[in-house]
Amino acid sequence: MADLEIQTPPEEMLRPPTLVNGRWAGYRALLGARMKELWREPEVIFWVFVFPLLLALGLGIAFRNKPPEVTAIAVVNNSHAQQVVDLLQHSPSKGAIHADVLDESVALDRFRLGQYSLVVTEDDSGMHYRYDPARPESVLARSQVDDALQTAAGRSSPLKAEATQSSEPGARYIDFLIPGLLGMNLMNSGMWGVGFAVVDMRQRKLLKRFIASPMRRTDFLLALGSSRLVLMLIEVGLLLGFGVLVFHMKVEGSLLAILLVAALGAVSFGGVGLLTASRAQKIESVSGLINLVMMPMWIFSGVFFSYERFPQMIQPAIKALPLTALNDALRAIILQGAGLGSQWIPLAILAAWGGVSFVLALKWFRWS
Amino acid sequence: MGPAIRCSGLKKTYDGKVEAVRGLDLAIEPGECFGLLGPNGAGKTTTIEILEGLLEPTSGEVEILGMTWRGHERELRELLGISLQETRLSEKLTVRETLHLFASFYHHPSPVAEVLDELSLNEKADAMVGKLSGGQKQRLAVATALVGNPKILFLDEPTTGLDPQSRRQLWEIVRQFQQRRGTVLLTTHYMDEAERLCDRLAIIDQGKVIAAGTPEELIAGLSGHHVVEFAISGGNGGGEEIWGRLAGVQSVRSEDGFYCLQVDEPHHTIPALLVAIQQKGAQLAHLTTRQASLEDVFVTLTGRHLREE
Repeated sequence: MADLEIQTPPEEMLRPPTLVNGRWAGYRALLGARMKELWREPEVIFWVFVFPLLLALGLGIAFRNKPPEVTAIAVVNNSHAQQVVDLLQHSPSKGAIHADVLDESVALDRFRLGQYSLVVTEDDSGMHYRYDPARPESVLARSQVDDALQTAAGRSSPLKAEATQSSEPGARYIDFLIPGLLGMNLMNSGMWGVGFAVVDMRQRKLLKRFIASPMRRTDFLLALGSSRLVLMLIEVGLLLGFGVLVFHMKVEGSLLAILLVAALGAVSFGGVGLLTASRAQKIESVSGLINLVMMPMWIFSGVFFSYERFPQMIQPAIKALPLTALNDALRAIILQGAGLGSQWIPLAILAAWGGVSFVLALKWFRWS
Repeated sequence: MGPAIRCSGLKKTYDGKVEAVRGLDLAIEPGECFGLLGPNGAGKTTTIEILEGLLEPTSGEVEILGMTWRGHERELRELLGISLQETRLSEKLTVRETLHLFASFYHHPSPVAEVLDELSLNEKADAMVGKLSGGQKQRLAVATALVGNPKILFLDEPTTGLDPQSRRQLWEIVRQFQQRRGTVLLTTHYMDEAERLCDRLAIIDQGKVIAAGTPEELIAGLSGHHVVEFAISGGNGGGEEIWGRLAGVQSVRSEDGFYCLQVDEPHHTIPALLVAIQQKGAQLAHLTTRQASLEDVFVTLTGRHLREE
């Protein structure tokens, strides 16, 4: 014990307090720290912001409304060829059919190569169509051309029929998709942003370190929830802005209503995420749980296609899922301009999921 | 003024089976640095976490600054600084941001700049926590405990896994805190740390205090506070009993081919030892003498070493 004398405490006291923190200092610092952490995590930026946009872009392009295709056909050059071309010129579908007059051998060669879908030969006995039943466009061309020629030649339709084209903004696949992606994104980031973050902090013993300080536990949960709301604003802005700018989507409902519904969705899924994370000790186990909870909703809740396709029997169960409720409300407001009041059923379902989850999460929550 | 930390009859049973703490009494005075010394699994962490109000004891009483956890949790949290074993702070925050975060939880925190200064973290103030070395991370962990301007500092294994220089830096921080009349409770399984840093300590084994006092008292309590260590080669074998009969030898133990004699007066024992070896017809292969340490106290009390490899 040579090097340590018994210390007599000098007159200096513990530092007198010079700083005073107000009631909400802890909440503000927790929210600030959370936002900084998120911002500095490149994966978060990608999964929350970039990935949904890429998904919308990819699916929007894949299912875009293509201009009507022109059917290319060859007409064999003989004395009747001009008559065929003339008939086509006078048919109602003249814009959809492009006809070239060629020698028979050339026409057949190019037909074989796929350059033409159909070879038409007219002789004294009538029209001859050469088509390939294995090529859908060839089959289509045959009936299309036959129809055009017969109509132009004076055939009348015994049934009166009318068709309307539907490719207006508001009724396209991308219009259906964007609100669904928004709902799915709010679910993903709520579940991961809260569930994963909490278990990660528990595993690192950071939660335990926090409650060893005078930090208020409610401040911690409030800050987590608030960070979700801030991200929600960006998510909604990005996805809707993207839809409007890139796909000329029309937003019918009020922006305020959309934001309120999205906020309810973000907070409710935050509650579900908190419940999922209430006891898990390892991020591996919570990752499995989160996927297990989200999986049915990816399939059933009408993100990529309408849930009406599922059997009538399970419709009530599908409608009781929180993501179905969120998607329904978002679609009604964004696409049909519905007001908040008319959406009270899905909103109540969503709020119930969030509320019940939150209460159970608090009951079961482990800080260490 | 009563003790800063007092507990009596502390027991903790996990799952109704494992008895981590089996009846523990402590009284730690204001301004002292008190150490809980013991091997891994002795119940040190369970004990300190009960005192920190993070674990509920199965039975027994705890009083911190005259208050109980049940009635005064909020007040107590404001007065304590706690560093847990192995907390991994957020890697994507800087040192300064981390300290601001922890300071924000306290009603009357210390200025972050002062704490940075005191813990020699100034140079690293704007570095991400993820980029710090082990010693810097540990200093930051202690800084998060000090930034609340606490009256009592709890440190659970503060220097485990650190290099010697980082350990000395942390000891210096603890001494500075003590000089401001802070009370420190720390756990360690390093006997040199306990000897150099602690005013008093309790040696804990299997959930019980097996000895308590100042390091000097504990060592003086040994019968024989010098240790003579030697090894021999050759000779006609023979048991340990002949070493025990040498002048002034209090106890004998043998480990790894060495004999350790605890003696009061080496200058009487060593000549007798040399004669005895000669009579056995053996040669002396190794001989050292040293002051007894807390390690010897622990071995004498339990028959085991503090750090079983």
